[in-house]
Amino acid sequence: MEHVIRTRGLTKSFGTTRALAGLDLTVGRGEVHGFLGPNGSGKSTTIRVLLGLLRKDGGEATLLGGDPWRDAVALHRRLAYVPGDVQLWPNLSGGEAIDLLGELRGSLHRSRRDELVERFQLDPAKKCSAYSKGNRQKVAIVAGLASDVELFLLDEPTSGLDPLMETVFQDVVREITAGGGTVLLSSHILAEAEALCDTVSIIRDGRIVESGSLAALRHLTRTTLHVTTREPLDGLETTPGIYDIVISDGGYTARFEVEADQLGAVVEHIGQHGVLALTSAPPTLEELFLRHYGDELATLAGNGNDNGKPDGATRRRRGGAEVSR
Amino acid sequence: MNRTATQPFIGTGRLVRLALRRDRIMLPIWIASIASIAWMVIGSYEATVGVEAQRISTATFAAGNPMARMFDGPAAGYDLGAMVMVECYQVLAVLAALMSAQAMVRHTRQDEETGRAELLGSGVVGRHARLTAALIVTLAANVVLGAAVAGVLAGSGYTGAGALVAGLSVMGMGWVFAGVGAIGAQVFSTARGANAIAGVGLGVVFLVRTVGDLLGDVAPNGVAVVSAWPSWLSPLGWGQQMRPFYLDRWWVIGLFVGLTLILVAVAVALEARRDVGLGMVPARSGPAYAAPGLRTTIGLAWRLQRGILFTWAFGLTVMAAAFGSMGSSSEELIGENEQLLQLLARLSPDAGVVDLYMGFCMAMLGIAAAGYTVQALLRMRAEEVTGRLEPVLATAIGRHRWLASHVIIATAGTALLLTACGLAAGAAYAAAAGDWSQMGGPLGGAVVQLPATLALGGFVLALFGMLPRWSGPLAWAALAMALVVGQLGSLLDLPQWVLNISPFTHVPLVPADPFAATPVVWLSVAALGLGAFGFAAFRRRDLAIGA
Repeated sequence: MEHVIRTRGLTKSFGTTRALAGLDLTVGRGEVHGFLGPNGSGKSTTIRVLLGLLRKDGGEATLLGGDPWRDAVALHRRLAYVPGDVQLWPNLSGGEAIDLLGELRGSLHRSRRDELVERFQLDPAKKCSAYSKGNRQKVAIVAGLASDVELFLLDEPTSGLDPLMETVFQDVVREITAGGGTVLLSSHILAEAEALCDTVSIIRDGRIVESGSLAALRHLTRTTLHVTTREPLDGLETTPGIYDIVISDGGYTARFEVEADQLGAVVEHIGQHGVLALTSAPPTLEELFLRHYGDELATLAGNGNDNGKPDGATRRRRGGAEVSR
Repeated sequence: MNRTATQPFIGTGRLVRLALRRDRIMLPIWIASIASIAWMVIGSYEATVGVEAQRISTATFAAGNPMARMFDGPAAGYDLGAMVMVECYQVLAVLAALMSAQAMVRHTRQDEETGRAELLGSGVVGRHARLTAALIVTLAANVVLGAAVAGVLAGSGYTGAGALVAGLSVMGMGWVFAGVGAIGAQVFSTARGANAIAGVGLGVVFLVRTVGDLLGDVAPNGVAVVSAWPSWLSPLGWGQQMRPFYLDRWWVIGLFVGLTLILVAVAVALEARRDVGLGMVPARSGPAYAAPGLRTTIGLAWRLQRGILFTWAFGLTVMAAAFGSMGSSSEELIGENEQLLQLLARLSPDAGVVDLYMGFCMAMLGIAAAGYTVQALLRMRAEEVTGRLEPVLATAIGRHRWLASHVIIATAGTALLLTACGLAAGAAYAAAAGDWSQMGGPLGGAVVQLPATLALGGFVLALFGMLPRWSGPLAWAALAMALVVGQLGSLLDLPQWVLNISPFTHVPLVPADPFAATPVVWLSVAALGLGAFGFAAFRRRDLAIGA
């Protein structure tokens, strides 16, 4: 598969802060690639290196077959960028800002622009200083998504949008990919990534800790089963691959998690007890995410009185253990 | 006072501490720099005119010299302390005014612009707490400054009432401009606009007192000027009319305090009427589509820069016209001053009196125009730190192209300003004197400033590329240094190499002196070299990512 974005061992430091610590990110053509991680994990830094706004310290980065730093202008003709917290010129109207940014890129699609202004219910005659955060974000989204380009770099694009507008945004992204565009969607809203992305990369402390198609990643984690049977369930507690089991209703109802590779055996075992009802919930992205951040969550919860400051050294060691697993 | 009455000011104490924490380096540097200028002037002045006979002749000379009246102020006797204060008061007062207005804007409008005020306002913070806290800090800083100036004078042996009056005269100017800054912060929705109003205010108070002093008479004792009434309309004039070590007019401080109170009351009344985050001028709707002219980088740069240019063009043209129209009255004054005529004949044997006057005026306007150049170029830094540059550079616009569009506007704007100054001064002189043959002189004197102005611009560009974080403070410091060297350089007896650092030292005094190509060529080379360095450095650095 052709790679639209490919980085290997990308590093970037700001003073003593290491923002990217050997980042390997690969995005194939036509993908909607979710780039997931909490605030400060290095998502925006990665995107800004890819845009040639920041200069990498080490490693390789290729964007649309070119060098993001050296070929910035030529590459920018072929991509659109939507920042997560856009600042606009207070004395320009929203419509002027959209036209300006689009024309500077050289690929503003006039009728598409008008259509998106309509769909996002944006008043383009208002001055940018009078816009709310959500409306400023709409300006950036329309300016970016109304372009005829191959690649869309969206950095937490829906921050500040209301749920209705978020739905419109998801529709528009689907239209883009239907037309063959590639999207890198950085987000910490897992539901949004789950709704839009084929593939995801999870970033932690400037490094990718998990990457692959959502389907494949789901395979790595557990499915939740909720079952009611005619005969009392026995022996489930001792069955390998079963976790967090809760049995109720005198042994006729159970709720538990199963590891993906044990799913077949477990279902067979349950089947011998006369199944009355069975629901299964696939692992959510949140569960995938927590596999890599669960330890941090535990640290935060445990040290609640400590202003939530996790011990950096411990965290890194645990994070490393996660990666090597 | 009951609880309800104090509520608008609740939280002020905490905000004062916040402001002091934020300004713990900035304000001490301002105060120390201003006080040390006074100290340097004292030292050099003592060395030049130590003998009383010398001082009497210098004071007599200054009282009848229009250029001394314009650039220094009205002479006030031959006491050494009085002469020192006449010499340096204007520089001290202007710097105190800038320090005060900027501090006020920093703690009021700038906080609103960046959204910090909203965060503070949601806490237990009264409506007027921010303005009050900013005022407390700024007024207190001026008290410290006044004490520092008085201390420098007393420490140099100029003790007694005069030192205190001198300190108060500097403090008073700072107080009034704290009030001006407070009003600017209410009226304008950007810190830039609020600071600009202080700059305009300085131009106005300078012009008004200059007119008053030029129209004034030499006092019967022959060593002082009795200013005409316009000087009493200007706070800058008040400070000079306090006449430290000569008349010691204590009561003038009442004018400063009264005007400060009025300005603050107006600012408080305005603040009580408006919404946090917005200015007094409501935002209007704009076009739904961008006009073709705006869809390019140069179009955007023009849109962002034109306000600065129009403001400066208006201010400088008015000032140049005022200088020009006063040309013929200067001529008459000089004609009566035998000593001055001899000195001028020695300085520039072939030059006419008016040409010399115009030459000095244009040299001053050249440095003033550099203020525009610095401000216009620093607009790029503002675009960068606010994060507005990021989406632009994420389009197919290269860094050099974006930089070039701003540099073109700033360069063309500077050339336009200087040309307008030259034409305005020439036309105003011609209209006043009825002699239209002298139009070319001031124009040449103004245009010859361009390479020096652009050399300073090149320095700003190099800073922007190489030391972006420091570009703002260092650029303004460079301009301030050019101003100090130009105003006080020869007096301070600074070594030639220090004078040579300022590009304006090298500009020929056209029309009094003939045009000289060599310095102009070298200044142009310096401007181009520094500018090219700035371009190269900006291409190689990280973008500051704004919040």
